[in-house]
Amino acid sequence: MLKTKKAIDKNNSVISIRGLQKAFGDLHILRGVDLDVYQGENLVVLGRSGTGKSVLIKIISGLLLPDEGQVNVLGEEVALLKSRELMALRLKVGFSFQNSALYDSMTVRQNLEFPLVRNSRNLKRSQINDEVESVLDAVGLSQTIEQMPSELSGGQRKRIGIARTLILRPEIMLYDEPTAGLDPITCIEINSLINEVQEKYKTTSIIITHDLTCAKETGDRIAMLLDGQFAIQGTFDEVFASDDARVQSFYNYNFTQ
Amino acid sequence: MDPNTENQNIPPAKHVISRTLDDFFFTVYHVYQFVLRFFKEVFLPPYEFKEIIHQCYEVGFKSLPLISLTGFITGVVFTNQSRPSLANFGATSWLPSLISIAIVRALAPLVTALIAAGKVGSNMGAELGSMKVTEQIDAMEVSATNPFKYLVVSRILATTFMIPLLVMYTAFVALMGAFLSVHSNEQTSFAMFFSQVFDSLSFLDLFSTSFKSTVFGFTIGVVGCYCGYNSSKGTEGVGKAANAAVVAAMFLIFVEEIVIVAIVNAFR
Repeated sequence: MLKTKKAIDKNNSVISIRGLQKAFGDLHILRGVDLDVYQGENLVVLGRSGTGKSVLIKIISGLLLPDEGQVNVLGEEVALLKSRELMALRLKVGFSFQNSALYDSMTVRQNLEFPLVRNSRNLKRSQINDEVESVLDAVGLSQTIEQMPSELSGGQRKRIGIARTLILRPEIMLYDEPTAGLDPITCIEINSLINEVQEKYKTTSIIITHDLTCAKETGDRIAMLLDGQFAIQGTFDEVFASDDARVQSFYNYNFTQ
Repeated sequence: MDPNTENQNIPPAKHVISRTLDDFFFTVYHVYQFVLRFFKEVFLPPYEFKEIIHQCYEVGFKSLPLISLTGFITGVVFTNQSRPSLANFGATSWLPSLISIAIVRALAPLVTALIAAGKVGSNMGAELGSMKVTEQIDAMEVSATNPFKYLVVSRILATTFMIPLLVMYTAFVALMGAFLSVHSNEQTSFAMFFSQVFDSLSFLDLFSTSFKSTVFGFTIGVVGCYCGYNSSKGTEGVGKAANAAVVAAMFLIFVEEIVIVAIVNAFR
């Protein structure tokens, strides 16, 4: 599915980051990141490996704490939330992992049921089954319901990983390298799925990638992370029309590869 | 390389010692926090009853074949080893008493705990370590599930409940092994054997064994989960977590055995 042009309300920011800094020992990864993500948009964060793209979304989801700066998600200051408040926020923020992170001792059905059962303990069996079948249908993998993750291909795992986050009906989706390690055809399918999810579930998404095809197909807006800061933001064409040598070398490297 | 330069690269012994001590106290503090978190989370809802029962099945029922075999052999071998010494004094009639005290007070808890440390502890270390490095624990966290409660609390509770039951079972199987050996050599009846067994045991023996087994079970659960839950990245980390879970649990079990025996003997 191709991305449809949509109007983004720039007064309605669902994620707002100011002066975010994060270091691991002497290694300063994020050096004062400022970012706004608006309701309903797909924001693609581009950058080379090790520039802190994944660290950024782990901070947004509360998996990592920032060293300095404010990270405001859906009106909540993530670093200041208590455990239960953070849990409540996470119901609204889906996270699709680079390696899918499926629970390998559970079947696909159990993987999908897991977050649902734990967060809606009064659901009846028939309601759980309906929800599981609905999200599996949304990612086009209804036939895999009784399979183990080890029996799935890389692309199928990604789809199930996305389905598992969708089952909680999140308002924000965070995709960590959704096309990494996949063949070009599967990459196109995953890009299409990201757009479908955005259309169907009306989510706001941050897509972390270094794959320019994925960025072009899924992103309403591109933000390029260079040297720990967002050096440039705009549409795909605007970003790569930049004279910045680092941006141009990233573009040339991707397309010559 | 110039030998002088090589010597300059080796850190002085006092630095190595201070770093080792730093690491040791850092780990002790972390384990303390881990245990504290367990006691905090164990009483707070939601309660993962289904997972606790599943883990009890994994720890208890699945250990039965190994425990049965080891317990039985322990009973037979201990009896056969003890007989010649008692025979020298013409005291083989004391065998049931000697065996019961040895099995109930020391052998059953130790054998069960050491086997559980090897089987269950390493399994927990490897399983949680693998979940950690493949981001499955992070995945639980971002789907608004408390992984500590689901994975750690349920496992520690399972070992704490199941190890005392396994110890009772081991003691029974070992005594049955001992009875078969005594019966075949001394023609002692079943009733006579078990009458002597129970006569020689006191309430303190049963209480101390139950208490000891509970402590061993808690230790195996905490160490296995701590090593797995805090394993470093990569498959090497998973192997190290499994290995550390076994070694540390076994070491602690022996230390606890010494301390508890000393305390119980003070009351005897």
